[in-house]
Amino acid sequence: MSEIAVARYRPRAVEMPTRKGGGLKRRQAIASYILVAPFFLVFLTMLVLPLFYSGYLSLFREQLAGGTIFTGIGNYVRALHDQVFLSGVLRMAQFLVIQVPIMLGLALVFALAIDSGRLRMQRIIRLSIFVPYAVPGVIAALMWGYLYGRDFGPFAQGARAIGLPTPPFLGNEWMLGSIMNIVTWSFVGYNMIILYSALRSIPTELYEAARVDGAGEFRVAWSIKIPAIRPALLLTAIFSVIGTFQLFNEPNLLRILAPNVIGVGYTPNLYAYNLAFINQDINYAAAIAFLLGFVIMIVSYVVQLGALRRERRP
Amino acid sequence: MTSQPIAGQPRAGTVRGSSGDADDRQPQKGRRRPLGGQRSNVLTIALLACVAYFLLPLVWLVIASTKSNAELFSTFGLWFAHFNLVGNLRDVFTFQGGIYISWMRNTIFYAVASGVGAAALATAAGYAFAKLHFPGGNALFAIVLGAIMVPLTALAIPTYLLFSKVGLTDTPWAIILPSLVSPFGVYLMRVYAAGAIPDSLLEAARVDGASEGRIFFSIALRLLAPGFVTVLLFALVATWNNYFLPLIMLNSPGYFPLTVGLAQWQSTSQAGSGSQALFSMVITGSLVSIIPLVVAFLFLQRYWQSGLASGGVKQ
Repeated sequence: MSEIAVARYRPRAVEMPTRKGGGLKRRQAIASYILVAPFFLVFLTMLVLPLFYSGYLSLFREQLAGGTIFTGIGNYVRALHDQVFLSGVLRMAQFLVIQVPIMLGLALVFALAIDSGRLRMQRIIRLSIFVPYAVPGVIAALMWGYLYGRDFGPFAQGARAIGLPTPPFLGNEWMLGSIMNIVTWSFVGYNMIILYSALRSIPTELYEAARVDGAGEFRVAWSIKIPAIRPALLLTAIFSVIGTFQLFNEPNLLRILAPNVIGVGYTPNLYAYNLAFINQDINYAAAIAFLLGFVIMIVSYVVQLGALRRERRP
Repeated sequence: MTSQPIAGQPRAGTVRGSSGDADDRQPQKGRRRPLGGQRSNVLTIALLACVAYFLLPLVWLVIASTKSNAELFSTFGLWFAHFNLVGNLRDVFTFQGGIYISWMRNTIFYAVASGVGAAALATAAGYAFAKLHFPGGNALFAIVLGAIMVPLTALAIPTYLLFSKVGLTDTPWAIILPSLVSPFGVYLMRVYAAGAIPDSLLEAARVDGASEGRIFFSIALRLLAPGFVTVLLFALVATWNNYFLPLIMLNSPGYFPLTVGLAQWQSTSQAGSGSQALFSMVITGSLVSIIPLVVAFLFLQRYWQSGLASGGVKQ
């Protein structure tokens, strides 16, 4: 999956020729295994084992009469015909196509603005944009839920004061946008910080020269800075893909406020949760979770591939 | 959004990747471009307008937490009414026998235990991958990299089932153990160790007859400290913010972290079951719960930024 990362961070130790006797090599190997063992112990029990267990569970089906039977890919076939699941995935795809570009675009603009060195109060601005990241997703959803609310939300209050209808933030049509807004609010600053630190690692000489040649700030940003931070942009894009498809906190919290708008399958993750813990359909929930992981891997891979292709172009 | 907390770490990768120019990259804040030019008022005002968007919800939270439940409904949200913050705080800390304090204690405990554990495991493994030779090392590392993509929520349900078989659900272990795995932490520490520890130093220590264990504990660990703090910080925040895992794993309110506890108060207050004061309590409780993290972030941001930058100069 992460070929890019692997290629870029080949271990430096490899360059070091194994020029000494076997004793040193063996001692190093033993030390290495001891050092990686604790991590891999936890890795195997907490990540690999549940993953395989989930895959195993997804191949069975509980019968009404009790007892489980093997169904092979039955659960997967069912999922691919399940309108609730498919519409959840589709909704997340829509979310991805709209929200992620907005969020990353804003993050990039802010990072470039701060990096341009033309801002006053640069530090305060940077920290203010970043601060929402320190607010847990659940709290952000709670807070925005109140802000959106009809009773004492300031938007509704303001609208009433000037005689307008209250904006239906939590209504059927606006809900997805409202959730997009919460996620954007939470994560723009965080992505901005990643991009900003990437910008700061560009050698200054690169654009000093361009400036001497008469390039303006926009030209420098477009032709030098943005291409130079493409790996960081790719990284933020991939993490956004992973985050989007796993969306759970916000819809689950807003569901308390608008149970009729957010159904059991509003997002695939919410669906898997409800299947497992409300319907007690563990096997089908495992299949859904597995499929979701598969979708995430495919989309991340496509994003990487797209970025690679663009990079190869002259 | 379970994967978010780790992604801040590329910062190490990026600082690292540009080691060549690391020393002129130690700017005094915002002053690195003497010829860059004038400050722009237009740009500043545009950005300040955006800042308002990011801060207003928090301003609202602060104001709302000073109001009684009735005033929340009767007064405008973005301005003060009677100052009832003390009363709200008393409600938060005494409701249901002071359970909020337990939630806070649980949150801190889960976050610190997971953060320290995850960072320790990642540091040891990352160092070995970066600096030591061993058969199968590259293959193992490739597996770790692949695991970064595994959505954590796909694991939560099977982990719950496995834990319930061995009686670990509804215990603190159910939160801490799964949070110890940080494939991205290992990746980061490998990148970081590759840059922060000169091979020549290790060679010299080996020539002097130091054992590999001694080299790791008395030389490498010290150089890896800033990277350790970064992984610690992000693992800590990830656990602090986690909602899905504790929601699944825990039943006893006494074990809840703040996220699950506050969400529960919220559904109770929305159901409107007679306890009227709940809205103002949820709001005040939310405010109190984010203060430690906001403060820690503002304070630690400087620490880890300078830590990573200085680590980046080393080679």
